[in-house]
Amino acid sequence: MIQTAKQKKSAQDEIPDDWFKPLEKDSSQAETVVRPSLSYWQDAWRRLRKNKLAMSGLIFLIFLSLMSILGPILSPHSLSEQVLSNQNQAPSATHWFGTDDLGRDVFTRTWYGARISLFVGLMAALIDFFIGVTYGGISGYKGGRTDSLMMRVIEVLYGLPYLLVVILLLVVLGPSLLTIIVALTVTGWVGMARIVRGQVLQIKHNEFVLASQSFGAKTKRIIRKNLLPNTMGPIIVQMTLTVPTAIFAEAFLSFLGLGIQSPFASWGVMADDALGTILSGHWWRLFFPAFFISATMFAFNVLGDGLQDALDPKLRR
Amino acid sequence: MAAYIMKRFVLMVVTVLIIATLTFFLMNLLPGSPLNEERTTNESVQQNLEAHFNLDEPLIVQYVLYLKSIATFDFGPSIKQPTETVNSLLGRGFPISAELGIWTILTAVVSGITLGVFAALRHNGIIDYIAMTIAVLGISVPNFVLATMLIQELAVNRGIFPAATWNSPAHMVLPILALATGPMAIIARLTRSSMLETLTQDYIKTARAKGLSPVKVIVKHALKNALMPVVTILGTLMAGILTGTFVIEKIFAIPGMGKYFVQSINQRDYPVIMGTTVFYSVFLVFMLFLVDIAYGLLDPRIKLHEKGDG
Repeated sequence: MIQTAKQKKSAQDEIPDDWFKPLEKDSSQAETVVRPSLSYWQDAWRRLRKNKLAMSGLIFLIFLSLMSILGPILSPHSLSEQVLSNQNQAPSATHWFGTDDLGRDVFTRTWYGARISLFVGLMAALIDFFIGVTYGGISGYKGGRTDSLMMRVIEVLYGLPYLLVVILLLVVLGPSLLTIIVALTVTGWVGMARIVRGQVLQIKHNEFVLASQSFGAKTKRIIRKNLLPNTMGPIIVQMTLTVPTAIFAEAFLSFLGLGIQSPFASWGVMADDALGTILSGHWWRLFFPAFFISATMFAFNVLGDGLQDALDPKLRR
Repeated sequence: MAAYIMKRFVLMVVTVLIIATLTFFLMNLLPGSPLNEERTTNESVQQNLEAHFNLDEPLIVQYVLYLKSIATFDFGPSIKQPTETVNSLLGRGFPISAELGIWTILTAVVSGITLGVFAALRHNGIIDYIAMTIAVLGISVPNFVLATMLIQELAVNRGIFPAATWNSPAHMVLPILALATGPMAIIARLTRSSMLETLTQDYIKTARAKGLSPVKVIVKHALKNALMPVVTILGTLMAGILTGTFVIEKIFAIPGMGKYFVQSINQRDYPVIMGTTVFYSVFLVFMLFLVDIAYGLLDPRIKLHEKGDG
């Protein structure tokens, strides 16, 4: 080891100076753009594409979205079709994922479950986006007393146990798809509001905001046109991470009997139904909903992580 | 520091008050009186019952009485099980749930930090890769799915652990495992990233340069600072574990508080729902308060700018 290191060093010493010569300054090329300039989003996409895990998550989610539309159409069986003579059949050519204790087709129900999960996740993320961005944007931009008052509200809401509030609301509102989404978003937007506020606080003293202000732009316009486009990165990451939280919450509530009600299928409901028959060895009844719920959450989580890295301007090269 | 604690305390009281108020008025929005089920009772019995539960008073008086009873930790009777009160259910269920919860937190914190530290020390090595795979899986697999899979594999197929109830240490393994994996994964990821950041700091270099043993550098110098984010997230994790006990106790048939809570939801036993929700909230908010104070004690910066938070 030591020997080779020494040899290397002496080899370095022997490099003759005339190997080096100063580069001629060529001002004619100074204005040429060597590489194509990339916009923020092109650059982020370029970096995201290199992240294999995040890309596999993205591909899985595209596949899942397609199947949630096509799956029930591809299957010859309907969502609530019950054939009692076909109870608890293992996966076969007629029932690709088998059947449950009422003779319903697990394949069809799994993709209906995908619809519910994706719908709940996306709606929760969208509503969180609108409320959180508006609230956080105003709070951060206005600053001063408005900001500290709005932040007190957030602090209190943040202290509320999320799922307990959701359960309480669902007990009162009654379980349905709509009430789940409402319950999830009542306190869910707080995280988004905090992130947007933090970002707005950082950028609101920039010159382009001052320029807008001096042109007489109204608060609404400044927030929408100047501040938000510059906070889109963290907002998108937060939305990607809201989706699996909402999907988990829906499955959790359905599992407790507070979510989607029969005859509609959701992954949580299917897992709950399967729990009772776990001793009978009908593995497919648990496996398919369990696999897809985990895979979906996995996909959203790795995609969110990947986006976080890809959209972080500090990592931009 | 005193001002900081005071501020957190006021915040805690306000939060509890809001939850209590929200619960009270939401439950009052429900159609019908809580006593509607007992159709057979005659007029005077109905009136006596209403008087007994103070349901004949105006809403605002009921509200004040309700706040009073919460302040004295009396959460009222159960309507579906006449011999029970919320307090008697709590008395029986809480110790079991607390046992489950404490073991879960200990397991999650100890294994999460260990995984995270080893992953950070072998950054981009095999251990790092394995630890982070476990972590992402742990975050992605919901606890009730993990619980059912554990029962299927380890209890039904192999018979290593009992599948349900809460009698011996062997009974506790699967529920704790199912409940602790998620928080463990979150702690592991957090520890790893903050440990990686801490290890590049100059004072770690200094500590190494003056010849401290690697263990001492890692435990005394790096870990102490790297664990700050973990302390911050403990409150949120506790909330997750607490709601997790609802499903875990349901799946494993553990006679804890979560089981009574789920049962009261399914039976629409409103006073029990109200009582347990408020109890859970008070408990959680108090835990958050303790975490905040611990954080304040550990992080000297909080003392310096008490006003500059948020």
